[in-house]
Amino acid sequence: MILIFVFYSGSVPACLFPLATLTNGGDEQLFIDTEKIFTSTKMEAADLHLNIDYVGTSGTVLSPEQKAALQTSLVIQQNRYKFHRIYFWGKILGIKDDYFIAQGTQKDEMAECKTLYSKDCVNWGLLPPATKAMREKSKLAKGRFTGDPSHEFEHVQTKKSADGEEGHEEEETILIKEEDRLASVIAEIDEDVKIVPRASFIKTPTGETLSNRCFEGLSVSEAAKLCSYMHFREPKALFEKTLLQKANLDKSIDFLDTIEEDIPKGCWSLQFERGSGLVTLRSLWWNGFVFFHVPGSRRFGHVYVGIGEKNLDLPFML
Amino acid sequence: MTTTPANTELNMNPKDQQFISAKSYLLTSSTDTGTNLYDHLSCVLAKVLDERPENASDIIEDISRDVKRSKFNSKVDTVQDKVDKSTEVALAEIHHKLFSKGEGEDADQDQDEEVETPLPNLMDHFFYFEQAGIGLGREELVRIWLALKDLVDRYPLQHVHFWGKIFGTEQNYYVAEVEYREGNDEGDEEEEEEEAHAEEETEKEGDEDGEEEEQQEDDTPKPDWKPPPEVPKEENRSGANKKTYFVCNDPGKPWIKLPPVTPAQIHIARNIKKYFTGRLDAPIVSYPPFPGNECNYLRAMIARISAGTHISPLSFYIFDEEEEEEEEGGSRENFIINPEYEAHPMRDLVDQSLSHWVHHVQHILPQGRCVWFPPAKPDQDEFEDEEEEEEREEPDEPEPERGPELLTPLSEDAEVGDMPPWTPKLSYNLIPQYACAVMRSNLWPGAYAFAADKKFENVYIGTGHKYSRDNYSPPETTPIREEFPSGAEITEIEDPSVEEERQIRKAQQEAVEPEEMEEAEEEEEEDD
Repeated sequence: MILIFVFYSGSVPACLFPLATLTNGGDEQLFIDTEKIFTSTKMEAADLHLNIDYVGTSGTVLSPEQKAALQTSLVIQQNRYKFHRIYFWGKILGIKDDYFIAQGTQKDEMAECKTLYSKDCVNWGLLPPATKAMREKSKLAKGRFTGDPSHEFEHVQTKKSADGEEGHEEEETILIKEEDRLASVIAEIDEDVKIVPRASFIKTPTGETLSNRCFEGLSVSEAAKLCSYMHFREPKALFEKTLLQKANLDKSIDFLDTIEEDIPKGCWSLQFERGSGLVTLRSLWWNGFVFFHVPGSRRFGHVYVGIGEKNLDLPFML
Repeated sequence: MTTTPANTELNMNPKDQQFISAKSYLLTSSTDTGTNLYDHLSCVLAKVLDERPENASDIIEDISRDVKRSKFNSKVDTVQDKVDKSTEVALAEIHHKLFSKGEGEDADQDQDEEVETPLPNLMDHFFYFEQAGIGLGREELVRIWLALKDLVDRYPLQHVHFWGKIFGTEQNYYVAEVEYREGNDEGDEEEEEEEAHAEEETEKEGDEDGEEEEQQEDDTPKPDWKPPPEVPKEENRSGANKKTYFVCNDPGKPWIKLPPVTPAQIHIARNIKKYFTGRLDAPIVSYPPFPGNECNYLRAMIARISAGTHISPLSFYIFDEEEEEEEEGGSRENFIINPEYEAHPMRDLVDQSLSHWVHHVQHILPQGRCVWFPPAKPDQDEFEDEEEEEEREEPDEPEPERGPELLTPLSEDAEVGDMPPWTPKLSYNLIPQYACAVMRSNLWPGAYAFAADKKFENVYIGTGHKYSRDNYSPPETTPIREEFPSGAEITEIEDPSVEEERQIRKAQQEAVEPEEMEEAEEEEEEDD
């Protein structure tokens, strides 16, 4: 028996399917549930009430009123904007009010993603896409979000004039609209810390990024390694790898950057909750970002509940 | 393909022949696995028809794979019969202890005897927090509650309060705030005193050794600098050590008592910012160096957070009038629950002026104590340098340092940058009649308080760091010591050359010779 077992694990077609775990039970029901499970990954609106419990241990809880409102309003938004899927993204805490954020995606989850925000979980507004200039500008804003999208942050910059005369300085006031800052911060968070388990998404030959139907969850030992999690963004570090490093990669699965190479080392806090029944990853760069995955299942997702400021003190704090 | 016997070939038409040859091809078993495609396809089709999934053509590869895989699953697996005890099981076994109900009879007796248990109604409190979107998940709370019950059973406690949860990078801390029953913590104090004595003794021994060495070889210089006298820590049951704290990494694991906090620890903790790891014995590597390891740092941060964020509705607590007479002039430390307290209307509690909430934990002075301790030799410079941001920033005050009185309204709190220190909120937006008031600290993100009817509660769920608008920058290192003033005594002179040496020697000899002559003469005179 042992012989066959070993033999089998060696003969999994590695290029087509992810090296999923060998599980005894559940195989028969697997493909019946595929569509059902399919929709329950990430913090999707339909299963919000279930998935939010997974991050409760990190202090992220929605009040019953909010849950109820989200269940109603997100479905309406999905229909209105014709999203393929809609996710509850998180909450950004302001001084007077909080922003609830939802993201809707089309079939290719990487390419098309729109962000909605709301203050009461009922009425939603579309955020403008964060342009590069907007993101640069909003980095200048200091202090907490207020909760009023039309609020303007001021940033005074002293500029030396080009005349060359010494002491001639001009003061320039840059106004940053809170709505723009919100869009930029969300874009930053997505770029920095939005992660998915390895092999949960595949890249098709046509270049689309689709959710991998064959993904059956990471095994417990895989889930304990940072290299099993990948940044869900256009890869950056991948192109810098040597040919030798790339030799073992599977093109359809390893098309993203792993979080193992994130700087500084230790900027992710990986913990097992409930023994090994639930793995949570907290980003220390963005305090409040929590990723969860139930090993051996398709359940994973992330949520951000925080003040929307990057923790730049991290190098001192480790 | 055309190896069919000759007689069948004759009896069949070409279509049947093709069919037979194709079928025989499909029935050819694989040399590797021994299966054949015909059986496999029939299994796959049977499965599809049995289960009738949607879009079957899209997922046919999966079905095919599953069918192949299922063949390898033996019902009796000798490898899997030996169950490995995973961490999940290990943790479940730890948790299981929480749910066991005492030792039968004893538990029943206890219930009869003690009607008033110090155990808080955690679920009730967190019901209100949950209304405002704060909490930890109900299952976890039940486990914490049971763990607190365990704590109450083990120690003679008068008051227990779930302080909160602090996230670490490797593990998390659950913190319980307790007060011992009167006269029951003496044993602990004695132990601590003994420890202190032992420390002193070792120090003395060390000094003696040093002196002995000095006698033996006197060229080891000893610095005459003495460290400034240390500010003594506050006694248990007073000031920053008023309450005792227990922590555990997981409900069900043993509760560990944190040592009392010293002023020096609070002082340094204000100047550093470190993540907790989750191991109490982890060293704190920082500048300025922190006196102690992570359990001391944790205790110092708990003291700071409590002082800054533990609040209650106005007039819930009042000062005890009897005690007031006793210690006039000094700041009052003790308060009692107001028996005549009546719930404030909600709109007062969520008023932006914050005047209906008060602090009920003493403010920690820049010195690191709640009650000013006059230093033996007031070293004024030192304290002027250290006028740093405070939990509740107040204007510079001359010595002795005085913080805001106990039970000062929050409206006295300093603003954080340009924003208010607290955000009041109603838990329900749509049904405000039944809402409760929730306060969120902007200075300590993660600190919350709620008030409803005659109840209130504080909790902290966060990483244990203070919010600051500007980024943290570690304090500057101390300036480099000045060099010893260079003078004649330490200046090195150039070595004389050989010629110079000779000249000097010559001059010396010349000087000596006449002297000798004189001496000789003198001797002669003496002889006379």
